[in-house]
Amino acid sequence: MKVAKKVAIILLIAFVGIQFIPTKRNQSDVVPATDIHVIYNVPKQIETIFKTSCYDCHSNNTSYPWYNKIQPVAWLLENHINEGKAELNFNEFGDYSGRRQKSKLKSIASQIRDNEMPLSSYTIIHQDAKLSEKEKELIIQWVEKTIENL
Amino acid sequence: MKNLKMSIAVMLLLAVSFTNAQEKEKMGHDHADMKMDHSKMKMDKMQDAKAEAVLADYFMLKNALVGDDTKKAALEGAKLAASLKAFDMTSYNEDEQKELADIIEDATEHAEHIAESAIDHQREHFKTLSKDITDMVAITGTKNTLYQQFCPMYDKGSAWLSTSNEVRNPYYGSKMVSCGKVQKEINN
Repeated sequence: MKVAKKVAIILLIAFVGIQFIPTKRNQSDVVPATDIHVIYNVPKQIETIFKTSCYDCHSNNTSYPWYNKIQPVAWLLENHINEGKAELNFNEFGDYSGRRQKSKLKSIASQIRDNEMPLSSYTIIHQDAKLSEKEKELIIQWVEKTIENL
Repeated sequence: MKNLKMSIAVMLLLAVSFTNAQEKEKMGHDHADMKMDHSKMKMDKMQDAKAEAVLADYFMLKNALVGDDTKKAALEGAKLAASLKAFDMTSYNEDEQKELADIIEDATEHAEHIAESAIDHQREHFKTLSKDITDMVAITGTKNTLYQQFCPMYDKGSAWLSTSNEVRNPYYGSKMVSCGKVQKEINN
């Protein structure tokens, strides 16, 4: 027990220590002119779904959960968000070329169709981000229509 | 005691995320090595040898998909991503360069996804990738005769390129290997 106690103390110190390592926060209150709903005619309903279910990792503005400042959670979040934004950024959709916009739209539909997105590790905590079958159908139809018109 | 358990859990999490990060770094290095090999190999050939290298990798990928071989397709996808990144467009004019940069960025992304996806997704990405590569060939040309083939069944109709006029369908593989027809012959 003595050893266990020592280990516990060391771990505790490490845990406290890592709290001081800063992370970059993904927050911005401007809606850029390149946002997907500025360049496309996105129905209000779909825009709301995108914002609730996708924007936390796929835009320049994350609405963080209360525990977001606790390490190592903050690192995990930062990593996820960086990866998500590199893959697709709704705020900067207009910066993609026509070819890439088409590619991205296609991937949005296929990820949603195959239940790959939103990530299950995300919806566990964000129950409201879960997509119903109806919502999925709505998005896929809109995406397909938009691709056809491109 | 509760504290102890918590701390151990936290440390474990930390360890996992560190190893993850390290692995990723390693993978990055592998890619860089591969890229170098490619450029060394093709250096003393003709000017559009880089485009031929892209095509060669694309056909390897296509053949892996025809053979329903996910693992091989993933490997070829990674190779293709590397040869796309090694593409040198300095010999093209400004408009072509713009178009090529766009094509290559898109194609690289699809190739990278193919490197880490299951076969269904690989085929989805292969469809858009094939469009990208076809557009690339329209600019770069190629020393070989290519055949643009078309399967009306896959995803409302999908095309791909082949070096042979015999149809071997990469979207269905063994399920419907001969589905499709030659749409166009490319000689340039």
